[in-house]
Amino acid sequence: MSGLSGWRRVKRLLGRERFASELEEEMAFHREQIAKELEAAGMTPEEAGVAATRQFGNAARMGERSHEVVGFRVETVAQDVRFAMRQLRTNPGFAVTAILMLALGIGASTAIFGFVDAALIRPLPYAQPDRLVDVDESAAVFPRSNLSRDDYDDWRRMNTTLQSLDVYTGTGYLLRTGGTSEPVQAARVSDGFFHTLGVQPMLGRGFRPGEDKPGGAKIAILSYGTWMARFGGRRDALGETIDLNGDPFTIVGVLPSDFAFAPRGGAELWVPLLDKSPCEQRRGCHNLDGVARLRDGATIEQARADLQKIAAQLAIQYPTSNTGQGAHVQPLPELIVGQVRPILLTLLAGAGLLLLIACVNVSSLLLVRSESRRREIAVRGALGATPARLLRQFVTEALLLAGAGCGIGIFAAAGMMALLRSLFPKQIAQGAPFLENVGLNPHTWMFAGAVGLLAMALMALTPALRLAMRDMHEALSEGGRTAAGRFWRRLGANLVVVELTIAMVLLAGAGLLGKSLYRLLHVDLGFDPTHLATVQLMMTDTAEQKPEPLKALYREIDARVASLPGVESWGYTSDLPVQCFCDTDWIRIAGKPFHGEHNEVMERDISADYMHTLGARLVEGRRFTAEDDEKHPRVTIINQTLARKYFPGEDPVGKMIGDQQLSPKSMREVVGVVADVREAALDNDPAPAEYFSIQDGPDAFFALAVRTRGDEKAFLPELVKTLGTINPSLGVYGEVTMEQQIDQSPTAVLHQLSAYLVGGFAALALLLGVVGLYGVVAYSVSQRTREIGVRMALGAQRGAVHRLILKEAGLLTAIGILVGLGLSVGTSALMKSVLFGVRAWDVPTLAGVAGVLGIFALLASFIPARRAARVNPVEALRAE
Amino acid sequence: MGNRTELMPGTLDMLILQTLKRGALHGYGIAQTIKRVSEDVLTVEEGSLYPALQRLLVQGWVKAEWRLTETNRRARFYTLTAAGRKQLGIELSKFGQMIVAIGRVLGEAEEAG
Repeated sequence: MSGLSGWRRVKRLLGRERFASELEEEMAFHREQIAKELEAAGMTPEEAGVAATRQFGNAARMGERSHEVVGFRVETVAQDVRFAMRQLRTNPGFAVTAILMLALGIGASTAIFGFVDAALIRPLPYAQPDRLVDVDESAAVFPRSNLSRDDYDDWRRMNTTLQSLDVYTGTGYLLRTGGTSEPVQAARVSDGFFHTLGVQPMLGRGFRPGEDKPGGAKIAILSYGTWMARFGGRRDALGETIDLNGDPFTIVGVLPSDFAFAPRGGAELWVPLLDKSPCEQRRGCHNLDGVARLRDGATIEQARADLQKIAAQLAIQYPTSNTGQGAHVQPLPELIVGQVRPILLTLLAGAGLLLLIACVNVSSLLLVRSESRRREIAVRGALGATPARLLRQFVTEALLLAGAGCGIGIFAAAGMMALLRSLFPKQIAQGAPFLENVGLNPHTWMFAGAVGLLAMALMALTPALRLAMRDMHEALSEGGRTAAGRFWRRLGANLVVVELTIAMVLLAGAGLLGKSLYRLLHVDLGFDPTHLATVQLMMTDTAEQKPEPLKALYREIDARVASLPGVESWGYTSDLPVQCFCDTDWIRIAGKPFHGEHNEVMERDISADYMHTLGARLVEGRRFTAEDDEKHPRVTIINQTLARKYFPGEDPVGKMIGDQQLSPKSMREVVGVVADVREAALDNDPAPAEYFSIQDGPDAFFALAVRTRGDEKAFLPELVKTLGTINPSLGVYGEVTMEQQIDQSPTAVLHQLSAYLVGGFAALALLLGVVGLYGVVAYSVSQRTREIGVRMALGAQRGAVHRLILKEAGLLTAIGILVGLGLSVGTSALMKSVLFGVRAWDVPTLAGVAGVLGIFALLASFIPARRAARVNPVEALRAE
Repeated sequence: MGNRTELMPGTLDMLILQTLKRGALHGYGIAQTIKRVSEDVLTVEEGSLYPALQRLLVQGWVKAEWRLTETNRRARFYTLTAAGRKQLGIELSKFGQMIVAIGRVLGEAEEAG
C-alpha cells in the first residue's frame, strides 16, 4: 500500500496545479450548496453567502491543510528555498558578503587540509608502511647520522628484530648520450632495498640478492619519469646499456609511475651499491642511510634496543671508529614528514580559526538580519507558522548560504592548492613526493562537505536559538524593542568578543612567525650572499680524478672564469655554505687531554681565494695561499666557534690539530681563524668548522663560487656554458645564485610559507573581526538612538555621547585582546618548534599585535560613535 | 449552538467512512448526512472535511471521481474502497472498545459517587 500511496503522491505532486483547482472547485460547490439551502430557508443571497462562508470555515486554511495532508513535503522545501532565495536577493550585499566569507574560510581550511591529508594522513605508497622504519646511527652532535658500510654489514647480520635492513645513498653521474653529457641524480642502494619497501618494478626486475657486492655487474633501474623522458617509454629500453661516468650500465627494470622515495626524491636512476667508495672503505666514515622492515611481532622499541646493543658491542670491538656511536630508529614517515608536521598543523589550526571567525561573522550577520526580520517572523508565527516551520526556514537559508559558500570554497581550495604547490621550489618538491597527492580528491571533498555542514549547523542554530528564546508577542508590539535589543546586544557582543579573541590569536601567531622569518633571513651568515654565483662540478673520468689532473682542471677553470666579463673573484670549495651540517671530521687537539671522544667538526676543502670571494672576515692569522699543498707543511684555518670550543682563552694560531690518534700524517697547524660562515642550514646553530686547502686534497666533486660585479643571475648561464666546453667528462650542474640558494633552502621556504599564510589568515581575521565590531557598535547605536536623543535633550554633550559609544567598543576590544593574549601564549607555546630565534611569549610582538588590533578596533568604532554624537535629539524623539 | 457537540478528535475519518458505506457522496452530501443522521448533534466545521478526505484518498481508503449531480452541477463524488471498508471495521472495533472502556470507568465513578 505504501508503494501505491507513494505513487499517488507522485501523481498528485505532478498534478499539483490540478489538485489545487479541483479542491477549490469542490469547496466552492460545497459553499454554494449551503448558501442555496439557507436561501431556501428564507435568507437573502448576501446573508446566505456570508453565513455559508462562516459555516464552511477558513477555506484557505483548509486548502493548505489538504495540501499538507497530501504531503507535498518536497513542495514546501521548494517553497522554503524559493522564499530563502527571495530573502537573499532582497539583500544581495548580505548574501554576497556571507557567501564570500564562508567560501574564504572553507576554501582556506580545505586547501590546507589537502596538504595535511597528503602528508600526514595518507599512508606512504609502500606495502604495510607502518612496519617500515628509518634506521641510522646516532652520535653526540647528530642524533641521526649516517651509517658506515661496515657497521651496516654488521647490523644487518647481527640484528634479531628486523625482517630486512637495507641502505641507500645519493650519488650523481654524468649520463652520456650521443655527443653530449648531462649530470643526473641517482641513488646507490643495497640489493634488498625495493624488496624491503615492497615495491615491484613495473617492467623488468628488481635487484637480486648479492647483486650489490663489490665487483658485481653494473646494472640500473630507471625511475618511471626518466624512462618516459629519456627512453620515450620504450619497452625495449630494458637490456640497453647507458653510459654513466664512462661505465656501461645495463637497464634491468623500470619503477612504477607512483613510486616515490622522498629521501632520494630526485634520483633518476637506482644502482646497486657495488664497489666501496673511499669513504665506505673506512668504518669511521658514514655515508649511508638505512630503511628496514620490522620482523613480525617486533616493535620499534625492540628494534631500537636491539640495534643499540649491537652498536655498543661494535663500540667495544672498534673503539677508534665506534666510540659513542648509537642507533637511531624512527618510523619511516617521521623521516619524511616529521619536519613539516608542526608547520602543517600550525597552518591547519590557523585556517580553522579563520573558518571559525568567518562562521561567527556570518552568524552575527544572520542575527542582525533576524533582528530586522523580527516583525516578519512574528507575523508569520501569528498566522500559524509553527516554530518548527520557522526553524526550517532558517535552516534552509543557512543551507543555501553554506552550500554556496562551500561550492565556491571548493573551487577556491583547488586554486589555492595549485598555487601553494607551485610555490615549492623543485628541490623541495623532490623531497616531498606527497605534494603530488595534494588536490581535489574524495578526502578533500569530504572535508569541505563536513566543514560546510558544520558551518551550516552553526549558522542555523544562532537565529534559531534566538527565536526560541524570545517571546513572539513581544516582537509584535513596538515597545518590545528595548528588551529584545538588549538581548541581541549581549549575544552580538559576545560573538564579537569571540571574533576579536580569534583575531588576536591569529595575529599573535602571525607576528611570531613573521619575526622568526625575519630573524632567519637576517641571521648572521658570516659572508656576503649578494652577487655570488655558484655552480657544482664533478669530474667523472676516473683517470682525471687524481690530484695532479684535478689541479690542472682548477687552473683551466681559473683561466676560463678569469676571461669572463664582470668577474671580481672566485674560489672553490667542497661544500657551499648554507647547505648541510655534513662532511664532518673527528679532531683531537695536540697537548690536550683526550679520552677517545668524537670531537665532531665540519670539514671543508677550500681554495686560496674562496674566503675572500665569500666576503668572510678573517679574525686572526692568514688565509690559504696556492702554496698550501701537499709539498708544504699541512695547515688549517678554523672558525671562531671551533676556536672558542677547543681553545678557550687561548690563541689557537700556531696550535696543532690532528686525528684521534694524532697520527703524524694528520697533524695540521692552525694558521688562521675566520668569523663563522654559516655552513649548515639557516636555523642550525653555528658549528665548529675546520678548513683545509683544496690544493692539499683535491676532490672530483667540488663547487665554484664567483663574485660578480653585475647581475649574478644573468651571469650564471654564461658561466655554465663556459665550464661546459672544458671537458666532456666534467659535469656542470646545480647552478644557482647564493641568494636563491638561501631563499629556496627548505628552512627558508617553510618559514616563508608559514609566515605568509598565517599572516594572510591573520589579516583576514583582523578584517573580519573589525567589521564584526563595527556591525555590533553600529547596530547598538541605531537601537539606542532614542536613548541618546533623551540624554542629549537632558543636556549630555556630544563628547560625552561619543565617549559613551567608544567606551562600549573599547570594553569589547579590551576583553577580546586580553582573552586573546592569554590564549596566544598557550598556542604559541605549541608553535615553538616552528619558531626560530623568537620566544613564544615575545613581549614586543604580542604588544605590537595587540596595539594593531586595538587601533583597528578604535577606527571601526569611531564611525558609529561619530554618528551617535551627531544624533539630532529633536528628530530622535519625534521618530517615535 | 448549545445543543451541538464538537466531534471527538480522530472520529471524523471514521464517520466519513461510515457515511460512504451507503454509497457515493460528495463533500456537501457527507456533511449533510452526518448532520441529519446524528439529528443535528454532531456537526463538523464543514471545511475540515476536505483535509480529511484528502487524507483518506492518500491512504487509499476512498476514491474520488467527478460526476454530475441531479441539478447538473459538477461535483466530486467519494466512494469507499475495499481497503476503506476494512479500515472502517478496524476503527469501529477500536472505537467500540474505547466506548466500553469509557463506560466502565464512568460506571465505576457513578458507583463510587
